[in-house]
Amino acid sequence: MMDKVIMAGFGGQGIMFLGKVLAYAGMTTDLELCWIPSYGPEMRGGTANCSVILSDEEIHSPVVDHADAAIVMNQPAYERFKSKVKPGGVLVVNSSLANVGDQRTDIIIIEIPASAIANKLGNANIANMVCLGALLPSMKLVNWETVEKSMEKLTIKRPQFLQGNLDAIKEGMEFAK
Amino acid sequence: MEKVLLKGNEIIGEAAIRSGCKLFFGYPITPSTEVIEYLSANLPSQGGTVLQAEDEIGAINMCYGAACTGNRVLTASSSPGISLKQEGISYAAAVELPMVLVNVNRCGPGLGGLGPAQSDYFQSTKGGGHGDYRLIVLAPSKAQELYDYTMEAFDLADRYRNPVMVHTDGFLGQTMEPVVLKDRPEAPEVDQSWVVNGCKGREKRILASYSLTNEVGEENNLHWEKKYKEIEEKEQRWESFHTEDAEYLLVSFGTTGRICKSTVLNARKKGIKLGLIRPITLWPFPVKGIRPLVDQLKGIVTVELNTGQMIEDVKLAAECKVPIHLYRRQGGMLPTEDEILAYLEDIFQPDGSGEVHE
Repeated sequence: MMDKVIMAGFGGQGIMFLGKVLAYAGMTTDLELCWIPSYGPEMRGGTANCSVILSDEEIHSPVVDHADAAIVMNQPAYERFKSKVKPGGVLVVNSSLANVGDQRTDIIIIEIPASAIANKLGNANIANMVCLGALLPSMKLVNWETVEKSMEKLTIKRPQFLQGNLDAIKEGMEFAK
Repeated sequence: MEKVLLKGNEIIGEAAIRSGCKLFFGYPITPSTEVIEYLSANLPSQGGTVLQAEDEIGAINMCYGAACTGNRVLTASSSPGISLKQEGISYAAAVELPMVLVNVNRCGPGLGGLGPAQSDYFQSTKGGGHGDYRLIVLAPSKAQELYDYTMEAFDLADRYRNPVMVHTDGFLGQTMEPVVLKDRPEAPEVDQSWVVNGCKGREKRILASYSLTNEVGEENNLHWEKKYKEIEEKEQRWESFHTEDAEYLLVSFGTTGRICKSTVLNARKKGIKLGLIRPITLWPFPVKGIRPLVDQLKGIVTVELNTGQMIEDVKLAAECKVPIHLYRRQGGMLPTEDEILAYLEDIFQPDGSGEVHE
């Protein structure tokens, strides 16, 4: 069993961190996993993307060509990655910053105003976690419990951010229900 | 044993520390910079030294000096930086200095790009510097192997008194995967009767590669040659994947080596008897892994991130008895498992009469 997830957005939207939350969630249950950043000259304001593969068996090819799911946090990311989700897969779109227009009908598209929800929660930086929450119920190998543990590990040096992140994930989960 | 999640480049640094390496000399360059970054943060507290030299030439010559004293020493760089180091590597090979070199390949030529590439295969395996020397070259394909092979590189360097290169790329260097931090393997005692560490109470030793007497020069070459033959005989390493009944074979190392495993599994689902040889040592090239398969094979495809470099060694290993083709991506692009299989099907038209594995 595998979860192959692509995440993409502007640099600064916490795309790499979003991937790390999934990766460490996989570590808590001893899954095989790859966290693959786009690397190179990107920086804040440019595009950022990251893919994560979670698996209960050895991962051979780390190239994600047919993703089980994707989270796209802006319009360019939607345009670039909508075709990478395999039929039957799930695409979470931050509808505050992306307009889906003509939709693919062979995948499940969750349009969530993540930036607006994050602002309502008082922190624009946690739109990524809102999107993660919206995707979480569709994932096979990670769940709320493992993501919670992952977040505890990732915020160990800045525990003041733990609750806000968890609240954002819950908000996203609530929306996707 | 402790399991960690780190970037590939960081894993190389951790493996060096746990191999007892106390000295790193280098000059940062993307996509290898995390090696020096990680060691800068973590080696000094273990009693080691990390020095950012004025440039790559300075760094490799510092490695030379440190290796002369019998200490384990590491440097890491990426393609253009490795090019700058070639003169020093040739000198280290001549004086038979154990040291570990990491090349996190960029795509080239010239300043090149940062994406994954294997364009330095020739440079690494055919002697990138002057003179007639060989490096032992190890090619990891995932984070655990970055750890294991880096550790092994130090032991091989000591055993053969030879520079050893770990040949990897930016994709492996930047990707995070879980790694089990195995303890350092029990290394056999190494002869250090050659080190230069102060001659008080003993004869002077000189480590130099200069020889103006042709007869002495030939003696030296014969000595190195004998060592290279021994390494070729004893140290060829490879991974065989579904080769027992294979009619078609992929040969691929590093990042593409692992992608090819998915290609093999997909081919088997279609009844195509496809196997993979993944070279672990690029030099010595694993002829022993390929030659015994030649009679059963109908075709070979090498999958590379260059214009076709390893394919020359595969043709020699197969003695040109089997049709051999190249599938390659370049400029920092990676192939998908599907496109490799599509190419193989297009070239060889396999009949898919094998048992279908789901």
